[in-house]
Amino acid sequence: MKARIHVSLKPGVLDPQGKAILGALESMGFDGVQDARQGKLIELDLDDDTDADTARARVDDMCRRLLANTVIEKYTIDLEG
Amino acid sequence: MSDAKITPEIVAEHGLNAEEYARVLEIMGREPNITELGIFSVMWSEHCSYKSSKKWLKTLPTTAPWVIHGPGENAGVVDIGDGLTAVFKMESHNHPSFIEPYQGAATGVGGILRDVFTMGARPVANLNALRFGAPDHPKTRHLISGVVSGIGGYGNCVGVPTVGGEVNFHPGYNGNILVNAMTVGIAPADRIFTSQARGVGNPVVYVGSKTGRDGIHGATMASAEFSADSEEKRPTVQVGDPFTEKLLIEACLELMDTDAIVAIQDMGAAGLTSSSFEMASKGGLGVDLALDTVPMREAGMTPYELMLSESQERMLMVLQPGKEHVARAIFEKWHLDFAVIGRLTDTGRMVLTWHGETVADLPIDPLAEAAPEYDRPWEPTPAPAPLDPATVPVVPWTEALTRLMGSPDLASRRWIWEQYDHMVMGDTVQRPGGDAAVVRIHGTDRGLAATTDCTPRYVGADPVMGGRQAVAEAWRNLTATGARPLAVTDNLNFGNPEKPRIMGQVVGACQGIAEACRALDFPVVSGNVSLYNETEGQAIPPTPTIGGVGVIDDLDRMATVAVPAEGEAILVIGGGPADGWLGQSLYLREIAGREEGAPPPVDLAVERRTGDLVRGLIQAGRVTACHDVSDGGLLVAVAEMALAGSIGATLSVDTTPAALFGEDQGRYVVTLPEAEAASLLADLGGTARRIGVTGGDALVIGADSVALATVRTAHDGWLPGIMSSTPGRS
Amino acid sequence: MKAAVIVFPGSNCDRDVAVTLRDVTGQDPRMHWHADPDLPEDLDLIVLPGGFSHGDYLRCGAMAAQAPVIAAVRRQAQRGVAMLGICNGFQVLCETGLLPGALMRNRDLTYICKDVHLKVVTTDTIFTSRYDPARVVRIPIAHHDGNYVADLPTQCMLEDEDRVAVRYCDAAGRVVDEANPNGSTANIAGVLSENHRILGLMPHPERLADPRLGGTDGRALFTSLLEALS
Repeated sequence: MKARIHVSLKPGVLDPQGKAILGALESMGFDGVQDARQGKLIELDLDDDTDADTARARVDDMCRRLLANTVIEKYTIDLEG
Repeated sequence: MSDAKITPEIVAEHGLNAEEYARVLEIMGREPNITELGIFSVMWSEHCSYKSSKKWLKTLPTTAPWVIHGPGENAGVVDIGDGLTAVFKMESHNHPSFIEPYQGAATGVGGILRDVFTMGARPVANLNALRFGAPDHPKTRHLISGVVSGIGGYGNCVGVPTVGGEVNFHPGYNGNILVNAMTVGIAPADRIFTSQARGVGNPVVYVGSKTGRDGIHGATMASAEFSADSEEKRPTVQVGDPFTEKLLIEACLELMDTDAIVAIQDMGAAGLTSSSFEMASKGGLGVDLALDTVPMREAGMTPYELMLSESQERMLMVLQPGKEHVARAIFEKWHLDFAVIGRLTDTGRMVLTWHGETVADLPIDPLAEAAPEYDRPWEPTPAPAPLDPATVPVVPWTEALTRLMGSPDLASRRWIWEQYDHMVMGDTVQRPGGDAAVVRIHGTDRGLAATTDCTPRYVGADPVMGGRQAVAEAWRNLTATGARPLAVTDNLNFGNPEKPRIMGQVVGACQGIAEACRALDFPVVSGNVSLYNETEGQAIPPTPTIGGVGVIDDLDRMATVAVPAEGEAILVIGGGPADGWLGQSLYLREIAGREEGAPPPVDLAVERRTGDLVRGLIQAGRVTACHDVSDGGLLVAVAEMALAGSIGATLSVDTTPAALFGEDQGRYVVTLPEAEAASLLADLGGTARRIGVTGGDALVIGADSVALATVRTAHDGWLPGIMSSTPGRS
Repeated sequence: MKAAVIVFPGSNCDRDVAVTLRDVTGQDPRMHWHADPDLPEDLDLIVLPGGFSHGDYLRCGAMAAQAPVIAAVRRQAQRGVAMLGICNGFQVLCETGLLPGALMRNRDLTYICKDVHLKVVTTDTIFTSRYDPARVVRIPIAHHDGNYVADLPTQCMLEDEDRVAVRYCDAAGRVVDEANPNGSTANIAGVLSENHRILGLMPHPERLADPRLGGTDGRALFTSLLEALS
């Protein structure tokens, strides 16, 4: 089973990297981009015999304790397979 | 995999010509398999065999009473007194940095660090000599930004200060940038490690990161086995892991404090092949390696890939028998892979097995000894037409100075070095921006000075003189801090050596370097050659970069470039009334837009005499600041000193462009208290002349002046200015 | 004064701060490996040094905050043992929650190594008692992620409880945006714990504590500690 965790900055926290991306896109002539936020994607390969609910609970625990800093970041978890 | 048919195409794709392949067949006595062919290809590559340059490298002076190890080891080693040695080398990572500037530069730093700590030294300083294309070339900013962040990203993380270097811009580098990285380390003189294997039966041990498919070139991926899968499986860009490197440094140095290591060699370019070959060859031994025991990062790797991988942060060691557990405990503590992958033998052969089956079997010495060595045809560089001074435009000096100080080759590099941790380790006593960087020898009041230098426009116009000048300038930059210059590492960057014109540059530069090293007692102890720096037939300007190292015996008697006080006398030491060489000068290039004439001559006897004199004055505490005169000439040197100290100067000098901006060699500007100026001038006779006095907030000559603030704005503003303009993609 | 420096894999200012501690206190600090959960109980000061613990690969300080030694660090923090986190050490302290807020990528996205000017906001602490509040101090920074962020309630709490230790300022001592090197909220360069016994700061006082290196403004932090803790 694969877990895909998307970690990004909470709304309202300034994202200097996202800002730089937006600025670059604008300067390259791509209009119509309202905002850009940069995050990270973490992929975990989990034991295949784990059931989805247990897996989700464990990954959520991982996120809270290590993978995201909930002072500034939020996360979403996708399970697959 | 070993039964893949070796076709002429596969041989060619491995960079071997027909004659070389015939030699392979002769040495093997049979057709090699693909793994064996790969090994030949790597060992006989230009990178490993120096086949085009070896003949000329042999002409460089490499010995002195203080030289402990010259070229041939991972890095040069010189005695610096008190039972310590300086261990240093410079190496290029040009092509990878052009393809992927961040990782290319980062892995360049990683590689040169390993060359130094492999020898038992703790790295204490990094320097970088960089050459980029025209500032307005569409790729340049992207490359600067990537290279600088790559150097910083790696060096900052491993915790070795990046303290110096140089940067040039020229359209000749548009298609081939140069990234030459230098590391200086310090090791106890009685505990230097080399790669010479000893002891039949001793275990061969692999430590560091796992092996992946990094850096296995597309061209060598030819056989049927390799063509099936997607490109994704085969990264050819090496990715650096500075965190692992930091752990590797600490683990290796910890193990080196025990008596477990017999020999050690980093796996650089050509990875496991060249490291195992080198160790066995130097020891006159053979080696058996069980390739299936090599720690692997991905499944399905073949012996061919394992032998050719350029994965970073790996080392190969021969251990004392029975010491495996000592080493294993240390590497496991640092979370690094550790595996006994083979044994030394007395067969003189390299035998590789894969799950018990022999997959390659080659003789070591014949392969190493038969490495091709070419005497490539060369033609001397024609002497340039001398510059006619009457054709040089005269621009008011105030305007010329401001323009020069804000020109690409002279503008402040602060934007770059503020992205490097130049203070970690707590011993940086001269930060970047001076003549040479100085780091304190930890726990003492002594220092090591280091610099990198080359003036490619001089080398292009006259390779012999340019080669001399590169060495002389490095020597001068060390001298200007008060250091005793000890030795150099050279990084020879040129175009395609198969063209006689380019080979002529190599030959000329080597001649000039050899002459200067000999005259200045400044031997070459390590180095690297990078050839084929060409794109679409356009070669780079010849760039033999010289990295120099010197020692300061008393840091209280060290000079810096900063004007220290108002009301001090300013003297020029060296040169004379006939000064005014504008051929190949920055004035000519930046103000007149011309790159013409012969470069300034370097008189090595005068150079030595003047430098020894200046160093003596610094060591005697008779001068308060010192700066050598180089790019931009006398007025630029004074302006740099004034900016560094934030104190102006009033000069009484001729205001012709030749007098102010001529690039005559062998000159230093010094300051000293007014009261002592007369007696020093009397002592120095005709060697020195007084040119002015420090003070105020402007540079003044006669009735004209330019505010330091104006010069500073031009000087500090150029690089941030180009880097903050709209990011573009080419 | 008994001090320990916690060494994480990737720490690289551990030796630098140990040199300064020895120089100021005359005693070598204990160098304590992160994997050893047993910290001596008689320590006066625990230092979390600068560097790139675990490569800073997930977030700066995140993995170090999970190290085996951290449980002992927390216990000793509760007991009021003094703690100093410099640069990466500050990041680790924020990740453990021992200090509030977080350190994000610098505003200009680049690594910055240079001297900055600082205003010592409170001298009523064991870390800053030897500083003259009227004097601007000069100390280097060297980081990629020093942009201090905290939500509004946290900011108010820090201000109300006098827990901002140092702020970035200009040479004249003015706390202005132009003097903010990394975009930190309210120019905050260092914060204190509720009991004022834990300080985290991005500048490196150990780097300018020796006249040979061009300045000694960082030294008073260590002499303050020596005075308070011995």
